[in-house]
Amino acid sequence: MNTLIVISILAIVVLYLGLFKAGKALLPVSVAGLLLALGLALAEWNLNPAPIYKGMMLFDNFAIAFSAITILGTVLILLLSKNYFEKISEHVAEYYTIILFALAGIMVMVSYHNLSMLFIGIEIMSVSLYILAGIKRRDFASNEAALKYFLMGAFSTGFLLFGITLIYGSAHSFDLEVIKQYVLNNANGGISPMFYTGISLMLVGLCFKIGAAPFHFWTPDVYEGSPTLITAFMSTVVKTAGFAAFLRLFITCFAPLADFWVPTIIVITSLTLFIGNITALYQSSFKRMLAYSSISHAGYMLFAIIGLGSAAINAVLVYATAYTIASIIAFAALILVKKQTGSDNYEGFNGLAKNNPFVAFTLTIAMLSLAGIPLTAGFIGKFFMFSSAVAQYQIWLVVIAIINAIIGIFYYFRVIVAMYFKEGKNIILATPIQFKFVLALSAILTVVFGLYPSLISELF
Amino acid sequence: MNLLILIFLPVLGSLLALVAKNYAKQTALLSSLITLAVASYLLCGFTPDASTQYLVNYPWIPQMGINFKAGIDGISMLMVLLTAGLVPIIILSTFKHKYENSGAFYALVLFMQSGLLLVFTALDGFLFYIGWEAALIPIYFICSVWGGENRIQVNMKFFIYTIAGSLFMLLGIIYLHLQTPTNSYDIADFYALTLDSQTQSWLFWCFFLAFAIKMPIFPFHTWQPDTYTAAPTAGTMLLSGIMLKMGIYGVIRWLIPVVPLGFQQWGHLAIILSVTGIVYASIIAFTQKDMKRLIAYSSIAHVGLIAAGIFVWNAQGLQGAMTQMISHGINVVGLFFIADIIISRTNTRKLALLGGIAKPAPKLAIAFLIITLGTVALPLTNGFIGEFLLLNGVYQYCIYYAAVAGLTIIFGSVYMLRMYKAIMQGNTNNLTIDFKDITGTEIVTLFIITFLIIVIGVYPQPILHISDAAINNLISTVNAKL
Repeated sequence: MNTLIVISILAIVVLYLGLFKAGKALLPVSVAGLLLALGLALAEWNLNPAPIYKGMMLFDNFAIAFSAITILGTVLILLLSKNYFEKISEHVAEYYTIILFALAGIMVMVSYHNLSMLFIGIEIMSVSLYILAGIKRRDFASNEAALKYFLMGAFSTGFLLFGITLIYGSAHSFDLEVIKQYVLNNANGGISPMFYTGISLMLVGLCFKIGAAPFHFWTPDVYEGSPTLITAFMSTVVKTAGFAAFLRLFITCFAPLADFWVPTIIVITSLTLFIGNITALYQSSFKRMLAYSSISHAGYMLFAIIGLGSAAINAVLVYATAYTIASIIAFAALILVKKQTGSDNYEGFNGLAKNNPFVAFTLTIAMLSLAGIPLTAGFIGKFFMFSSAVAQYQIWLVVIAIINAIIGIFYYFRVIVAMYFKEGKNIILATPIQFKFVLALSAILTVVFGLYPSLISELF
Repeated sequence: MNLLILIFLPVLGSLLALVAKNYAKQTALLSSLITLAVASYLLCGFTPDASTQYLVNYPWIPQMGINFKAGIDGISMLMVLLTAGLVPIIILSTFKHKYENSGAFYALVLFMQSGLLLVFTALDGFLFYIGWEAALIPIYFICSVWGGENRIQVNMKFFIYTIAGSLFMLLGIIYLHLQTPTNSYDIADFYALTLDSQTQSWLFWCFFLAFAIKMPIFPFHTWQPDTYTAAPTAGTMLLSGIMLKMGIYGVIRWLIPVVPLGFQQWGHLAIILSVTGIVYASIIAFTQKDMKRLIAYSSIAHVGLIAAGIFVWNAQGLQGAMTQMISHGINVVGLFFIADIIISRTNTRKLALLGGIAKPAPKLAIAFLIITLGTVALPLTNGFIGEFLLLNGVYQYCIYYAAVAGLTIIFGSVYMLRMYKAIMQGNTNNLTIDFKDITGTEIVTLFIITFLIIVIGVYPQPILHISDAAINNLISTVNAKL
């Protein structure tokens, strides 16, 4: 709870700092505030509290773990944003504020205990993101991204809201506990068709938010059009939050009805994997490739929803952490390369290893992690996902995932091939100290979690 | 504890090589020699019975039932010795090369050694998989960064092939893990499982795919000739000398004992594929005009025989496979080293352009001859005992397969001796007239290799002795479940 309060107040403080032209203080204050929020979140670990505010929110370990990942991800992204927003516009403080507000929404999303809070959380986050996607006011692509995101987002929110109402209509409550009791009490045939429709509609709404196929069409354009750092924020922190919300709802309320929605999710997962991976294969832009790859990673993370149970929470936690830190490396490297070459394409990475061994090495680790090669966190994530699917005897789904993992290697290795095996223009990247820090920290974390995943996988 | 030192010493060596700058190769050689010394020390304390020794067992990811469990029995011991023995030879063979960024090169070689040692000693399914991939990633980079023409596409193909196989193996491992009553990855629990034959049937393919691609068995071999040809020589040596033995070892340790009923259903097909591979690869080897490709195909033929010897699953076949793995490792490293010497001096791999090198380079000629004879399995060389036992094993299974597999000896002699003739004998030409004989580290390397070929050929008893008890134990374990 304190976390949410601190982040909300922090956002307002940062806004005021902008008002008083304290531009230099923005980043330190934001980062310090977030670290404080992180500390407060971790302090509540294992207290197992009851839902607060008449059952509106529940800050259990699940909420804390996902708060911690999203806050850490945001901190890393903010560290990269030094001197980044300044180039885009003079209203820098607003952007920090909006990111922090989005994070506040995310805090609500990971700790809701009432469907109305889920809706409010998603809206706080989404509205902030609509603005962030369009912060390059004079940039055509950025405007397009914002508009597309807004329309699609509003559309999907409609589905979500309609689903919530139908569920309310059958269970007579927004409270997760009451809905769960309703499901348990009526498990043998007494559940109204309205409730099932509600589940389906919520499924659609949530799949929109996490960018799962066939509801993914907004992702590539939005991710490509938005400024790179915002893309990084959306594809890591926001996606993780979406999964946390998804998982919480389905594990708490809908688990007994698994027979109804698991087939649907299996189809969605397979589609997401194939569409994400095969389309990523044909991209010539690194940024667009990352957008499609984020769709495919959503596919892998959906495995956990099929798996359910505490092992599934672990799996999502590990996967989301691995994916977040690896993606942050990828986006950081992309920002550096784009600054020097002006392009998003793979060609910009040609011969990078020769003069920038450090950036190339960390990016290699990130790509290996995203491809799911052992000794990196990404492999552990995939391993947990596969395990949870095999545990449900979904062997064919795992076979599909294996085929997709193989496809994935092609496009992730394209970057490695470009950096190490191709001749380039001998560019030397100007790597600011905070980039070095973020790259090194993320790479080290990727390898450490790859070698000793018990650090995060034993939380549940 | 001793085993941990053995496994992680190369990692330490690889870090040192990385920072040693100009002394990378010396550091790497030193590290590999220390590893060899540790392996020899383990050999001295090793009792050749059926037990697993030097056992280490630490919890790693406890809630998934994953332990760092490793140990050495007779079969592992031979593979560990092969790995520890060949890596110094391979490093020594590169001493005349100047690699760009040599620190990274030697670091990758040593890192790969760690992965290989892990594969050969792991007693936990997850650990085995990690070692399996930890050996693959360095060799991919070695081949892609320091390789020859077309290396990017060729190595991508190689990487995709092997990782595809290994991901299916991972699926199999996870499935087995979930079937064990205690949800562990321990190989002993895998052995104790009694799954129905339908399940074992598809599990067999999960594992077989990974191992067949790695060896490679026909028809999964298509990545191999290109990769061997495009790789830098040290990479080719690592691939052919040690890495393909991962596949063979996997079949012995993880495939047949874990899914014996699956083996019962598909083992016959596997033998047919192996025998087909022998003939097929031999025939292609006849027509090769490229030295490295010829050796690559000859390697497929030899591995085919080893695989056939394993899939017949009797004591002779397995004994032969163990001996032949060691012999093939030594011989193929020798052959690729000689090919490398010739290629780097004449800048060609084409057999037609060479000839008469024996005259200007008599020392090379002698070494090459001994290695060639070892490869064609002349009695009193190391190849003989292995192939004899393998054919004996296949004969016990089915006389016709033995007859076809026996062709390998005739075919092998033909293409190997033809290659020898084309390169060393005949008249010298412009390219070969000034051929410089071997010097320095080249002499040392080739001396060690030829020495081993003759010693093992004359007195193979120690090798047979080390693995004998473990092999018989494994066979009786499997036969009890059939």
